[in-house]
Amino acid sequence: MTLRPSHLNDLEAESIYILREVAAQGARPVLLYSIGKDSSALLHLARKAFFPARPPFPFLHIDTTWKFRDMITFRDATAKRLGLDLRLHTNPEGLRQGINPFDHGGAYTQIMKTDALKQALTEGKYDTAIGGARRDEERSRAKERIFSVRGPGHTWEPKRQRPELWHLYNGNLAPGETLRVFPLSNWTELDVWTYIQAEAIDVVPLYFAAVRPTVIREGQIIVIDDERMRFHPNERPVPRLVRFRSLGCYPLSAAVESEAGTVAEIVAEMRTTKMSERAGRLIDQEQGASMERKKREGYF
Amino acid sequence: MPESLLRVLTCGSVDDGKSTLIGRLLFECGSIPDDVMLALERDSIRFGTVEGGVDYALLVDGLEAEREQGVTIDVAYRFFETPRRRFILADTPGHQQYTRNMATGASTADLAILLVDARNGLLDQTRRHAAIASLLGIRAVVLAINKMDLVGFDKTVFDGIVAGFDQLRSRLGDLSVTAIPICARDGDNVTGSSARMPWYTGTTLLAALENAEPASRTNGNKFRFPVQYVSRPDQSFRGYAGTVSSGTIRVGDKLNNVASRTKAKVARIVTMDGDLETAASGRPVTLVLDREIDVSRGDVLAADPSPTVADQINAWVVWMDETPLFRGRAYQFMLGTKMVTGTITDITNRLDIDTLREVGVRELHLNEIGRVAISLSHPVVCEPYSQSRELGGFILVDRLTMGTVGAGMITDVRAGRTNVYWHQMDVSKQARAALNRQKPAVLWFTGLSGAGKSTIANVVEKQLLAQGHHTMTLDGDNVRHGLNRDLGFTEADRVENIRRIAEVAKLFVEAGLIVLVSFISPYRNERVLARESVEDGEFVEIFVDTPVEECSRRDPKGLYQKAYAGQLRNFTGVDAPYEEPLNPEIRLRTLEASPEELAAQVIEDLRDRGVIA
Repeated sequence: MTLRPSHLNDLEAESIYILREVAAQGARPVLLYSIGKDSSALLHLARKAFFPARPPFPFLHIDTTWKFRDMITFRDATAKRLGLDLRLHTNPEGLRQGINPFDHGGAYTQIMKTDALKQALTEGKYDTAIGGARRDEERSRAKERIFSVRGPGHTWEPKRQRPELWHLYNGNLAPGETLRVFPLSNWTELDVWTYIQAEAIDVVPLYFAAVRPTVIREGQIIVIDDERMRFHPNERPVPRLVRFRSLGCYPLSAAVESEAGTVAEIVAEMRTTKMSERAGRLIDQEQGASMERKKREGYF
Repeated sequence: MPESLLRVLTCGSVDDGKSTLIGRLLFECGSIPDDVMLALERDSIRFGTVEGGVDYALLVDGLEAEREQGVTIDVAYRFFETPRRRFILADTPGHQQYTRNMATGASTADLAILLVDARNGLLDQTRRHAAIASLLGIRAVVLAINKMDLVGFDKTVFDGIVAGFDQLRSRLGDLSVTAIPICARDGDNVTGSSARMPWYTGTTLLAALENAEPASRTNGNKFRFPVQYVSRPDQSFRGYAGTVSSGTIRVGDKLNNVASRTKAKVARIVTMDGDLETAASGRPVTLVLDREIDVSRGDVLAADPSPTVADQINAWVVWMDETPLFRGRAYQFMLGTKMVTGTITDITNRLDIDTLREVGVRELHLNEIGRVAISLSHPVVCEPYSQSRELGGFILVDRLTMGTVGAGMITDVRAGRTNVYWHQMDVSKQARAALNRQKPAVLWFTGLSGAGKSTIANVVEKQLLAQGHHTMTLDGDNVRHGLNRDLGFTEADRVENIRRIAEVAKLFVEAGLIVLVSFISPYRNERVLARESVEDGEFVEIFVDTPVEECSRRDPKGLYQKAYAGQLRNFTGVDAPYEEPLNPEIRLRTLEASPEELAAQVIEDLRDRGVIA
């Protein structure tokens, strides 16, 4: 094992404990796999938690059809290499109506992500969804429980959360309730990267700096991933040395200028960087409390 | 790179400047990115309370609702690190009604920061926080005396508060205290020393956090391994996954499965990074034993001397639900990885947090802390909380809402039933029932007073008797003349009343009888208890469904008239609730049919269930 900061041992142990609790308590758990670095760490922890067995739950990816091509390639290769039970879901109604991030703005996120996720959870009759969200990502996340109960319709009521003491996670559900579980709650972005480094975990190449075709919009660097990109008048792709700190749908995730080409260089960059990782997520910036509203409606 | 992790609880009341202190710590330790800082400056103008400056409190007051009200309403977790340490801060609100959140934050903390406003000195609030922190096993406290600028940086004010806290400390047990005068808004003594308080030569707050000893995992070197998950991927592998809660284990060591009193040796310690020779506390592993013994989730593997197995415990319970805790109520009891049913057998004292004295009580309300005795449906491996947070801390879960309603810390395990063994008799319930040519059952008639429960039960019993069946009736009113004559009509007494009736009904079921219980039994919780006291399929809940208007019109005993006149208190349907059954086996609508027709419906149903032929 690689030498690593010892606090990662504590965080790893806590996450493994949480994952095992889900498997032991949840009748039908599913792990929401979003292909990003947090999902990569989460997948690795799930493998460790149940070794030598495979994780005793399926993995679910909500495919908006607007993910970067590299993400899809990485997803399929990872699932094949590890023999994961990977399930995919796209909102069929949204697909039929041609909902896309260029024409439909906020409605796109609601229909292709939030609604699609609710559909997949309901159709799969999953009572527990494991996600890679961390408390340091955003203010309202800081107050969410590790075992977080959702009411009918997958809604979150911040004022009616269960007290969560010691490492006793109450996974019991009343009729109509479902559970979201966040094993990485107490990790920071830097913890995730140092863990990826220490454990030599594979991540999508988009996290590493490379020269990519870009345009600048509203002060954000947008990478052009395929021919569906729509250009404004007089807009031309410009090659820039960039990487991603956070991955979502390609026209909505902004890149940052960076020379970090390896995990070690990313960790070094993290220790000096002064922008938050969600700064690149266009949907989160509308208003200070936009994430809390989305979560109440069922956004992950 | 940080060497260790420290979990810190911060507590203080709304105006002590706690959020400002945390915001300041995060800012000074570089945890605030530029774009968040920009948003903070924007928000400071809109919501801020610091004239013309940055309001650090807004960094941590996360939820929209709280930012508008200017108070923190829940536990929030914040992270920051220094070159020496990575910190997890549990930030809990100070106002009285949120004691449960503080207990939540304290349950995992190594150290507590108690924030005091220098102008106000020690408030009841502070005493309460210190008491809860101490009760939940926190042994290190930083007393941060804030807003020193508003008392002119006066040393005597600081000394006075410290002296006051020293008195309190003597009643809290073994507590190490570091007192620091600070001004969170400007940063004095938070991360750097203060030129404005040259008289203070002690440590800064951050240095105190960096140097604090993490709460040692108690229980010393005794090996304890609560089994979380049984791993059986195929025929060739059987392992027990869990985290070592204390002590160290080596391949070849002898272990006891404490509950079943079986023994085996450790054959392998499995992890994905390869098999280990040894594993210490805090390490998640999968143990493979050298022989097949019966082990399942909830069992504890331990080295000698083994922990106790008990089904009677005494504990401090922090009550966290709007509905009070009563004697006789049953809950799901979660401890370690074990879940059983726990019935409250006694509530003796409440801890008055302000005076730290105990007061005699019979029930516990929201945010109260009391001494409670609990009887468990199955024996559980447990230890006093002072010896083990892992095997001494538990939660109580409501069996209907499934919410976490209480948290407890075991003070002692009682021999109690441990020495009272169940005597296995040769003549079984089935044998007795077979002789009667019937299946034993409890017909539980529930409904409002005057709904017609006893009337219908009476007809049903006559018909059963006429067909040669053996029956017994327990009538709520009649039982109160004898067995339950010591009980009144408070919620606590009703709970005990029903517990006794359920136990008596169970004895009659053992005798092979069909038992008719006619009893208002207004609470779902207690009916669940009665249902669970007999075997699956033996309990038939019959909801005698009559609207309260009709019951009070009938008013056969003149009770509704008295209740409406205020001469009778706690009367179900008038000033006490009736919780309708959600899924009764039988629902009888008395407005639509006569008692004879309804009784026939019951008989028909009993035939369908095979209770009678």
